[in-house]
Amino acid sequence: MLKIEDLTVEVNGKTLLHDVNLEVKKGYTNVLFGPNGAGKSALMRTIMGFSEYNIVKGRILFNGEDITNLPVDERARRGLGIMMQRPPDMSGIKLRDLVKVASKGKKNPEELAEKLDMNRFLDRDVNVGFSGGEIKRSELLQLSAQNPSLYLLDEPESGVDLVSIEQVGMTIKGLLEEGVDCPGERCSKGKSALIITHTGQVLDYVQADRGYILCNGTVMCSGNPLKMLEEIKNRGYEECIKCRLMK
Amino acid sequence: MQTDEVNLKKRAESAASKKAAFGEDFELDKFEKGSKVSKPIEDLETLDEESKKTLLHVGVVANEEGRSGSFLIMDNTVSHSSLKNKDVELMSTHKALEKYEWLKDYSWKLVQVDADKYTAKTYLEDADGYFIRMPAGKRSSLPVQTCLMLDSKKVSQTVHNIIIVEEGASLDIITGCTSRKGVEEGLHMGISEMYVKKGATLNFTMIHNWAEQIGVRPRTVIHVEEGGTYVSNYICLKPVRSVQTYPTVRLEGKGAITRLNTIAIAHPGSELDLGSRAIFNAPGTKAELISRTITIGGRIVARGEMIANAKGSKGHLECKGLVLTDKGSQLAIPILEANVDDVELTHEAAVGKIAKDQVEYLMARGLSEEEAVGMIVRGFLDVGIRGIPDELKKEIEETITQTAFGT
Repeated sequence: MLKIEDLTVEVNGKTLLHDVNLEVKKGYTNVLFGPNGAGKSALMRTIMGFSEYNIVKGRILFNGEDITNLPVDERARRGLGIMMQRPPDMSGIKLRDLVKVASKGKKNPEELAEKLDMNRFLDRDVNVGFSGGEIKRSELLQLSAQNPSLYLLDEPESGVDLVSIEQVGMTIKGLLEEGVDCPGERCSKGKSALIITHTGQVLDYVQADRGYILCNGTVMCSGNPLKMLEEIKNRGYEECIKCRLMK
Repeated sequence: MQTDEVNLKKRAESAASKKAAFGEDFELDKFEKGSKVSKPIEDLETLDEESKKTLLHVGVVANEEGRSGSFLIMDNTVSHSSLKNKDVELMSTHKALEKYEWLKDYSWKLVQVDADKYTAKTYLEDADGYFIRMPAGKRSSLPVQTCLMLDSKKVSQTVHNIIIVEEGASLDIITGCTSRKGVEEGLHMGISEMYVKKGATLNFTMIHNWAEQIGVRPRTVIHVEEGGTYVSNYICLKPVRSVQTYPTVRLEGKGAITRLNTIAIAHPGSELDLGSRAIFNAPGTKAELISRTITIGGRIVARGEMIANAKGSKGHLECKGLVLTDKGSQLAIPILEANVDDVELTHEAAVGKIAKDQVEYLMARGLSEEEAVGMIVRGFLDVGIRGIPDELKKEIEETITQTAFGT
């Protein structure tokens, strides 16, 4: 579904990512680990097409199509959807209106908001004065309206209190497994996702298929996400870099 | 002639060629004096379609649905005055001055005749206008609509309005200022003196829709007493040569409140010098001055001034301007003055282009770039103005969308 080949990305002439290779197959949920500043958010935002990220090498394929040079809206139309960690304040734009346009007028904002306990935010300006957890729920609400086929989720659990984490986790699970009747169908019928996580909390709710570790702007290794998380928790990323150097 | 009048006349005469502090200086004798011969219109519905449309574009509905009264001035004469809500008093300023001896204590008491040549001319021409009064304790759920129209080419229009909202009363007014189709050049001078008494509320919405060679010089002062509220919405979205205005709200009674909203778009060739001033002369008074302006090629000067002379004053000034083309310019001039302690005056000014990250955030939800810019611009100009007819709302939306798409 998503294939990234030898991707090198600059921002203001500074290289943030180099020679990144990564894949998310249809129906798979892949996880991106890495220390702060490794370039995880930059990678996700580059995949979405934000213009400050200048691709100097490599390409991004989505469903076999080269989308490397497509603008953000074209990527959204093809089925990419992002949950941002720090979305901009949108003064004057009501969450209700954004949910409406994101669903192309097909879904009822109130019904969607109900599930995320966001009804009282529908008439507020998007992100203005929202707490960390409210931003996550607002992003998920917009995504549930948008209904993408590939979810790019940038730290869905950060800033969320312990009570809301279950709501956020279950919502993500619900979105990814929409239309899936039994676990065996997940890869054939479910949605795909690439999730950035530091704590791994979100993995209590969604079944992750493959993990990637990003360090210093490139993918160090990939493998079983739960085992990787265990290793990182025990030994940190230092070991990971050493391991790569030894290779 | 009484001494007062002699004095006023002398002062006005001495200011006959006094330039205004701001804005382009118009030579008054280049314009013919607007006609004072009345062309009465019994029913606004009998106007031709073009004129009705002109009225509608400034929020004035010809069928008077949803309005408690209507008043129309063409050039320098009253053409129509009608009332549906008999609680409201609505008549020409001249008639009111004849009817009420006491009204002289309100006339030319807030706006100075010698402020500049425009106020002087308006006084010396003995300009007529509208007088609207809401008696004590009365409330009107529907607004009174008034229209000041430049009806003839190359004329100057002078208008003198007085509004009084008595104790505990509440009144909404929509005033549309416009020019007849085909009247491309002219000069409008409008004096407005407004009194909001103890515990009263006045919601005043003014919509301007002029033509490319028209100069506009409103002069407005509002006096607000204890516990009174004055809310103003000023909207100017169409091309005009020059508007220079600096309405001043004097908060004279304890706990008086004002909120002034300005939304404007400067087209190529337009100069909009739009100010708002609040003077806090009593304890615990509050003001919020909000300006949202966009240039698509014209020049905008957004002035805002708050002068706190009493303890417990609290005010916030917000000038935000978008520059959508290289040819336009935005100048924000916020002034805060505190003359006693225990006051809180704040300001927030920002001018610039639309933030790319905001546009792309919306694009990531599937909106095209044009749709995203349109949504941001609409949000930018939305300061929650109520009472605008749906048709006008649609028209405002369309203007904004066109503005956004033009980039």
